[in-house]
Amino acid sequence: MCTTCGCGSGQTKIEGEHEHTHVHADGTMHSHPHAHGHGDENHDHAHPEHHHHGHEHLHEHEHVHADGTRHAHAHDHVHGPEHEHAHEHHHGDGPAHSHASGLTPAQMVRIERDILGANNEIAARNRRRFEDAGIFALNLVSSPGAGKTTLLVETIRALGAELPLAVIEGDQQTSFDADRIRATGCRAIQVNTGKGCHLDAAQIERALAQLAPADESVLFIENVGNLVCPSAFDLGEAMKVVVLSVTEGEDKPLKYPDMFAASALLLLNKVDLLPHVSFDVKRAIEYARRVRPGIEVLQVSATAGTGMTAWLDWVRAGAARARERHQQTVAALRRRIAELEAKVAQQR
Amino acid sequence: MHEMSLAEGVLGVVQDAARAHHPCTVRTVRLEIGALAAVECDALRFAFEVVKRGSVAETAALDIVHVPGSAWCMQCSRSVAIAERGDPCPECGSWQLQVTGGDQMRVKELELA
Repeated sequence: MCTTCGCGSGQTKIEGEHEHTHVHADGTMHSHPHAHGHGDENHDHAHPEHHHHGHEHLHEHEHVHADGTRHAHAHDHVHGPEHEHAHEHHHGDGPAHSHASGLTPAQMVRIERDILGANNEIAARNRRRFEDAGIFALNLVSSPGAGKTTLLVETIRALGAELPLAVIEGDQQTSFDADRIRATGCRAIQVNTGKGCHLDAAQIERALAQLAPADESVLFIENVGNLVCPSAFDLGEAMKVVVLSVTEGEDKPLKYPDMFAASALLLLNKVDLLPHVSFDVKRAIEYARRVRPGIEVLQVSATAGTGMTAWLDWVRAGAARARERHQQTVAALRRRIAELEAKVAQQR
Repeated sequence: MHEMSLAEGVLGVVQDAARAHHPCTVRTVRLEIGALAAVECDALRFAFEVVKRGSVAETAALDIVHVPGSAWCMQCSRSVAIAERGDPCPECGSWQLQVTGGDQMRVKELELA
C-alpha cells in the first residue's frame, strides 16, 4: 500500500507480466510492469513525491542539467499497457516566465464528464473485443466466502470438455484461487489488486493480453469478494452474476442494493445447507426483485450438485448466443470479401 | 472504499481540462452525485484531499451537488422520487420501478483562474 495516502491502486499485479524496478536519485524505488523511455539521457530525476500507478497524474520534477541549469517540469505519466510520456515545461524561475495566476479573473468551465468515464471507455473496448471474438464474458460478484471459486471449479469440471473456458481471478493477494482453477486444467490468470477493493476495466484489459482467451469461449471473471465496490465498475462483461449463499442473510439484497441492481442473474448458492440455517428463500428473491424487478434467479449447490444443470444450461445458452453472433459477423465479412474480390477480378 | 478510485477519476478529468486551459489554477471542482450512485460523499471528499496533493488541483475546493433519485413506476405509469434503491413507489407501494435518474456521478464544471 502507498504509505503516503493509503491508496492501493499502485499494487496491481498480473501474473505473467514482468516488472521493471526503478531507483531514483533520491533513493525512492518504484516498479512498473513495462518499459520506460526517456528521450534525454542526461535527465536526472528527483522524485519528491510518491507514485500512483494505474492512472494519469501530474507532478512536478526538478531537473538538473549537466551545465548546472535547473528547471521544473510538470511530468505527465500515463500508466497503462501503452506507456506514454508527455513532458510539459514550465520555466517559472525568472520574472519573465512567471505566471501570475492570481490576477486572472475566474472562469467557469463546463465539463459534464462521467467520473468513471476513463474506466467506461476501456470497458467498452473490452466489450467490443469480446463481441468481435464471440466470447461470453461473465463478471461474478459476491461477498467473500459465498462460494464463487468452488462454483467455478465445478462449472469448469462440467463444461470443460464441451466449451473453451478461461478465468480471470481477482483477489487482493495470493494466487490461491487461480491455482485452484488451474488444477482443473482450465486456463486462468490471477490479478492481485493490492489494497484495491474491486477489479477495474484496465486490469481486465491487461489480463486479457496475457490470457488471450480463445474465440467463442466463455470467460469467467471472478471479482474481489465485496458486495459494494465492484457494482460501479464495468469491466466489459456481458452481464454481472451475483452469488448469494444461504449462510448469509436473506436481507442482503436490500442491505447492498447496488450490486443486486447491477446483476442480471442471482445464483442462490449452498442450498444444500437450507435445513440447517434460517434463510427465507422466498423473501431473499422478493428482496432482490425489489431492487431489480427482472433479475433471474437460480438455486444451486456447487458442492452437492443441486440445481447445477440449470446453471450450466444458462451458461451454455449465453455462450451459444455469443457464438451465433460471432459466426454471423464472420459470415457477413466473408460475403463482403467475396464481393470485393469478384469486383477486383472484373476490373482486371 | 471505491471512492479512492472515484477521486482519481475526478482528478483525471480535472487534469485534462486544466491542460486545455493551461496556464491556470483550479479553484473549484463541481461534481454532480446522484442519491442512487452508491457514492459516500464524505469518503469521496477525504479521498480527493489526498489525491489532489501535488497536482494542478492542489488548492481546489470540492463542491458536490446532490441529485435526488427518480424512477419510473410501471404501475402508476409515471415518474416518482425515491431516496434509495429498494424503496417502493411512494404513491402505490409497488417495487416495479425502473431507475431513471439520480444514478450519475459526473464532473459538472470547474472554476479556473
